[in-house]
Parts: sequence; structure tokens; C-alpha cells
Amino acid sequence: MSGREYMLGNVAIARGIVEGAVDVVSGYPGTPSSEIVDTLASMKERDFYIEWSVNEKVAMEVASGASMAGARSVVTMKHVGLNVAADPLMTLAYMGVKGGMVIIVADDPSCHSSQNEQDTRRYSVFSQIPCLEPSTPQQAKDMIPYAFELSEKYEIPVIFRSTTRISHGKSDIELAPVSQKTGEIKFEKNPDRWVMVPKNARVRHPHLLSIQQDIRGELEVSGWNELSIEAESTVGIIACGTAAVYAKEALERLGITASFLKIGTYPIPEDSVRQLLAKTEQVIVIEELEPVIEDQCKVIARDVEFETEIFGKADGLLPRTGEFNVDICMEGIAKAFGIDSCECKPANQDMELPVRPPAMCAGCSHRGTFHVMKKVFGEDAVFPSDIGCYTLGIQHGTVDTTLCMGASISVASGIYDAGEKKPICCTIGDSTFFHTGINSLMNAIYNKSDITVLILDNRTTAMTGHQPNPGMGKTATREPTVEVAFDRLCSAMGAEFVEVVDPYDMAATEDVLERAKAYKGVSVVIAKRACVISAAREGIRYTPFMVDTDLCKGCRKCLKFGCPAIEFDEVSKKASINSMCSGCGLCIEICTFNAIMEVKK
Amino acid sequence: MTSDLSNFDLVIAGVGGQGAVKVSDIIGKAAVSEGMDVRAAETHGMAQRGGSVVNYVRLGCDLGSLIPCGSAHGMLALEPVEAMRYIHDVAKDGIVVMNNSPIYPVTVTSGQCTYPDPQEIVTRLEKDYRVVAFDAVALARQAGNIKTLNVVMLGAISSYLPIPEETLVECIRNMVPPKTIDTNLKAFRLGRETTRQ
Ligand code: SF4
Ligand code: SF4
Repeated sequence: MSGREYMLGNVAIARGIVEGAVDVVSGYPGTPSSEIVDTLASMKERDFYIEWSVNEKVAMEVASGASMAGARSVVTMKHVGLNVAADPLMTLAYMGVKGGMVIIVADDPSCHSSQNEQDTRRYSVFSQIPCLEPSTPQQAKDMIPYAFELSEKYEIPVIFRSTTRISHGKSDIELAPVSQKTGEIKFEKNPDRWVMVPKNARVRHPHLLSIQQDIRGELEVSGWNELSIEAESTVGIIACGTAAVYAKEALERLGITASFLKIGTYPIPEDSVRQLLAKTEQVIVIEELEPVIEDQCKVIARDVEFETEIFGKADGLLPRTGEFNVDICMEGIAKAFGIDSCECKPANQDMELPVRPPAMCAGCSHRGTFHVMKKVFGEDAVFPSDIGCYTLGIQHGTVDTTLCMGASISVASGIYDAGEKKPICCTIGDSTFFHTGINSLMNAIYNKSDITVLILDNRTTAMTGHQPNPGMGKTATREPTVEVAFDRLCSAMGAEFVEVVDPYDMAATEDVLERAKAYKGVSVVIAKRACVISAAREGIRYTPFMVDTDLCKGCRKCLKFGCPAIEFDEVSKKASINSMCSGCGLCIEICTFNAIMEVKK
Repeated sequence: MTSDLSNFDLVIAGVGGQGAVKVSDIIGKAAVSEGMDVRAAETHGMAQRGGSVVNYVRLGCDLGSLIPCGSAHGMLALEPVEAMRYIHDVAKDGIVVMNNSPIYPVTVTSGQCTYPDPQEIVTRLEKDYRVVAFDAVALARQAGNIKTLNVVMLGAISSYLPIPEETLVECIRNMVPPKTIDTNLKAFRLGRETTRQ
């Protein structure tokens, strides 16, 4: 297959992985990275192995193992996931690989769906693992097969940094043919390489340092860095990633001619930087998030005593936070080079608009669970929570903390250990529990916390796009597999109070939570009910509900429940239920006047 | 100031679940089959759960996917408040095609915020833009399914896009579930009629 197709950046990356003849792919879902594995897993014909792993560390180790056996492997995650996988990453740099291994990490400038904005390129500098950074979805696809080759040539993994606008941008993409598989899969014993005891690590560290210069030289001429010198101009731009594309558009709009160095590799192309600095008087470095290139350029300039002024984040011309766009680049360039910025000012808009935060879906079982939890534990209780759809419960006052994946249980323990006397009930999703919640629960039980742990088992990893997890009995490719039973798992870790309940049954949920609250020690309640979106996809339909306007007193109590299907008619002063209703029936219990009922067929 | 770096820059604003991504996909695929360069950016993750959503499509453009402030040629607004929220992306005198039937956010139904009068939004927008506003929900219902609201709106904006109508229709045929082709084509036609000059 070749030709031109319109696709999402992550789908293009998936295509690049196929074109690069991959053998093993692993990953953990996280926006904006998830569609890469989703796309590969849904392919009808596939000549590689693919899995969703339980967390990024595990995923990284699976890919490393495959590579030791000579396979080409890919592991995908989002930026915060790399923190989880940082442990194997740092040693993998020493150990190196055999089959090409690409670590795809998607950064999220502006925290569109993340808890921080960290920059993966820092891990590249930290670990001394080379990093490639595309500036368009097309380049993202084209870079992957090259990344395999680079990895194999230097026997080191290669980091591939994407950002939200690459991963979730769409573009016309020119496809290339799929390469033939070449490598032989065979694990060869070589303890000096594969066993990182101190004696071997001490040898590998100098080795890692010794190949840096060769890698830099190779990347310098690789074509991923582009230098164009404008003889007439004394100003220059150094930019990378999507910011390079914004910078180009900004220059065209401002009508400026400047020398331009687009950087796509780390280590950065030092010779090109030197050439640019030699030809310019002022240079602005444009990169999203951290000043990785800016700092290095300053070191280079100092070492060779260039007089060029280097602008960027240090002087505040460009922000160190948030996502870039053409406007930010135009402003930065204009200020740096002392020219007038653009004249296009948006039309005045001073109307006060209602905020529209994302909300849990109509019929989401989490809403019922949270409602009962608040009723039983009281609004003053402490509710540590975690990462997933249920974080949206912040609007219901049921999410008091969210640190990182799996932290809700350990944070709850910490609050208890500190001597907090109020009841503590923490919530964690099914996938998050498998990710790193298990360790935290084991710790809480072993160290005798007195907390309630509510596992919100909606039978999927909903927030990132409904990926399967070990609780579902399905693999990434939807093949049946063992279904890990939460209750037995928790019991095996020593929990003595473990109960499963259907959160659509509010009375039963209330009863269980009352007993869990009274229990001294760690009580575990598993609220099990499929996410309404996956249920609807499987064809499950319930009768919708309605408001009997004769019985409705207009008290607005049901509106506080926060279901997007419940509205208020300002004219009649009555509540009503719209077509979004999924028929969960949770709101009947809310109405004290019994005005909510099933639509009669 | 619209840009000549792009043939047509379109902002699609709406609420998660209204099918904004589908509209941008249909336009994008149609443009590619016309041999154009296309760039598009969409809102993912958190905002999908009924939150505010904005997508960009740049037709005949080989630059980045984000449209610079105040320079889009047109806007397709699936919801009135969302039109107002992202209108700063559109160039003065740009075309704004808007569904004037509101979706109240939970902040409004629960009484924390108030929802402005949609007619007032139209009046404000008309000062600086060419506005076509109509009740797309009613048309979608007329087509046979209110979920075709996005395709009604696509039909309405199609009169302004540099893509032939037949190409868009062909893409709809290929991209909606087979059972819903007729309803969607009817929705497209009803929408197109609202803006045919
Ligand atoms: S996607 Fe599923 S889990 Fe997430 S809010 Fe909607 S119903 Fe709840
Ligand atoms: S039954 Fe009530 S709570 Fe459930 S989806 Fe319908 S309106 Fe919302």
C-alpha cells in the first residue's frame, strides 16, 4: 500500500511502526499517546505482537526483552508515564539493545489532559539516549523506520518525542512501502551485556559516553536537522518540533527574512548551530516547554566566543509554560528583533459566557457511587482520588486529591498516618488499580491503615479511549484471556473486608459503604458496572426516564446530581430529562417527590 | 486579516459529543481526494465528556494545524455559546455558520452560571461577521435523526468551502454507517439549502 491518506498523527506514527517492520509493541494508554497502540491492535492482519501492559515500566521492560532477543520493538506512553518507566530507562542506556527499540513518548504542552507539562527531552539529556523530534505528522511517520536503524547501529534505544499537536493533529500523509523483516529472533547469552551488576555497569558507562560524539555526528547529517542561511539577514531562528512550523508561518506573516535552523535531533547539531551563530547577530530559540536547545546554544556560543545575542525563554520573550502557536511566535520574534508585531486583532468579545467543563456522561455509574459515598461518609470526609474519568467528580466535591497514577490509596494512607481523624475513603479506577494501585493497597493493608478503598470498576480504561485491561478478560486485540478478579486479588493481599456491589443499586451500595466505613482497617469495596459508552457499544439499551411535570415541584435537587441529561425549564419552572438519558435510573432516588419515572412504552 | 498561506481556514466549535470531529474528518478526507494539502487539529481527552470543543481545519495549507488568532476564513458553530467562545479565531467579515439551539452546561442547569440569549449572540456577531444562524436541531429532526446535526451543519458550511459538493457527498457516503446514509444525505441537503446563495 502506498499513496496519500488523511490521518491522525498517532495513526501516522502507527503506520511508521509498520513500515519499519516492527516485531513487538507494548504500551500503557495515556492521552495524547493512546491511539498508536489502539490503531495497531485493531489491524486485521498483523505480523507483530502487541499488548497493553499494566503500566509503563512493565511496558518498557517487555520491549527491552524483545529487543535483547533481536526483535524490533516499540513502547508507547505519555510524558508522565516515562517517570514510571524511568527506572529501567536509565539502566537500559548502559545495557543497550540488539534489535532496534523506539521509546515513543507524547508530551502535552498546556496540560490538555495531563497533571503536569514535563519535557521528555530532559530525559534524553539525562539518560544520554538519543531523541528524535518530528515537526509534522508526516515527519513523525518517516522518522520511525530511521529510529530503528539508528538504534540498531549504535545498539542503544532511541526516544521519539511527540507533542499533542503532532499526535492529535491531522494531515495528508504520503505513505511508504513496508520494509522486509531482517533480524533473526534469538536470545544469545551475554552476561557482560545483559546483566548490569556493578562490574559490568562500570564498563558500560564509559561506553555510553564514548558513543555520544559518533551519534551526534551521525544525527548532524541525518536530514532531520535543516539549516538555511540567508546571506542578507543578520537575524536567525533556531526552532524544533511543531514550534518550528509555527515559527515559519510567523516569519512569513511578519515578512521577515531570517536564517533558520530546524532541529529534529538530540544531541543537537552543534556544527549547524555554530554556522548559524557565525552568520547572525541576533538569534531567537523557539521551543515548547523547557529551554533545552537554548541552554546548549548558549554553551556553544560561549565556547567559541560568538558575539551573537541569543533570545528565548531566559529573557522572557517566550513562555516556559503552555503550548505555542503562531501568535506567540510572532510576538516573540517581533520583540527579539525589535519590529512591529501583527495588526490582526480579534474582534471585541466581552459577553460573559458560562463555563462548560467536561462532565461524567449521562448514566455514568461513578455519579451514583460518588453520591452514595458522600451520603455515607459525609461531605467533610477526606476523598483522595486518582486518574481517570472519575477525576471529573471534582465538581461533585468527591475528589480531594489527585497526584499521579495509583497514588490515591497511598495518599489516603498518608493522611491517615498523619493522624487525621475524619473518615477517609479513596477512589481508584480498575485500570489505575492494576497500573500501580496494587502496590499502594498492599502497603496500606500491611501497614494497618484505617481507610476505605473504593475500586471503581467500569470494566475498561474509559478516559483514554476504552482500552482493555486485565480485569476485562480481553487483550489489546480483543482476544479472550484470563480475567483478574479484583476481590480475590485484594483478599490475597490480606484485605479482610472485600465486597463487590453494583453501583446502579444505590440501596445496596449504601449498605456496603456503611459497613465498610464502620470496619476498622482497610476495607475494599469494588463498585462494578460497565461504562455507559462501552455498554451502549455492546448494544445494551435501557428505557429512558422522564419527569412527571405534575409531580415535579421545581426544587432543583435532581439538577445538583449533575447528570447532563437533566435540564431545567425556566418557563414552566420544572425539571425535564433530555434525549441523552441512558436509563441508568440513578436519579429516581434523588427526587423526594417521586416525579422521576421510567418512560412508559 | 485572512491568510493567503492557506486556501481556507475553518474553525469548528461545539460541545463534546456533537460530532465535531466527524465533520472535520469528512472535510479533511474530501480535501485530500481533491488533491489539497490539509492540516487539522482537534480537542481530545478531558474535553470530550460534554466539554467545550474546538477543531481547526486548514485547506490548501502545508503549515501547522493551529489557525493564528483572528485569521480564519470561516467558522462552523454547532452551538451558540461555543461560537462566541472561539470567535476571536475568525477574521473580521469571515463567514460564521451557526446552530442557534443551545445546549446548557451543567454549570447553567445547576444555577452557577447564566446562559446568554442566543439571539443576542447573533446580533453581536453580525456587527463584525457574515452570520448565517438557524435551528439545526429542527432540521436534523426533519432529516430523521437529531444525531445528524453535525451533517446538517456541514451542509450549511459546504457552500463556502473550496471543495465540490459531490466530493463531500461521496465522503459522507463512505464515512457514515451504511444504514444511516440516507438520513445523513438528507441532513446534508437540508443544511446546504439554508446557505445556498
Ligand atoms: S466514559 Fe464511561 S466511565 Fe467515563 S464518564 Fe462516561 S460513562 Fe463514565
Ligand atoms: S436515568 Fe436519570 S441519572 Fe440516569 S441518565 Fe437518565 S436522567 Fe441521567
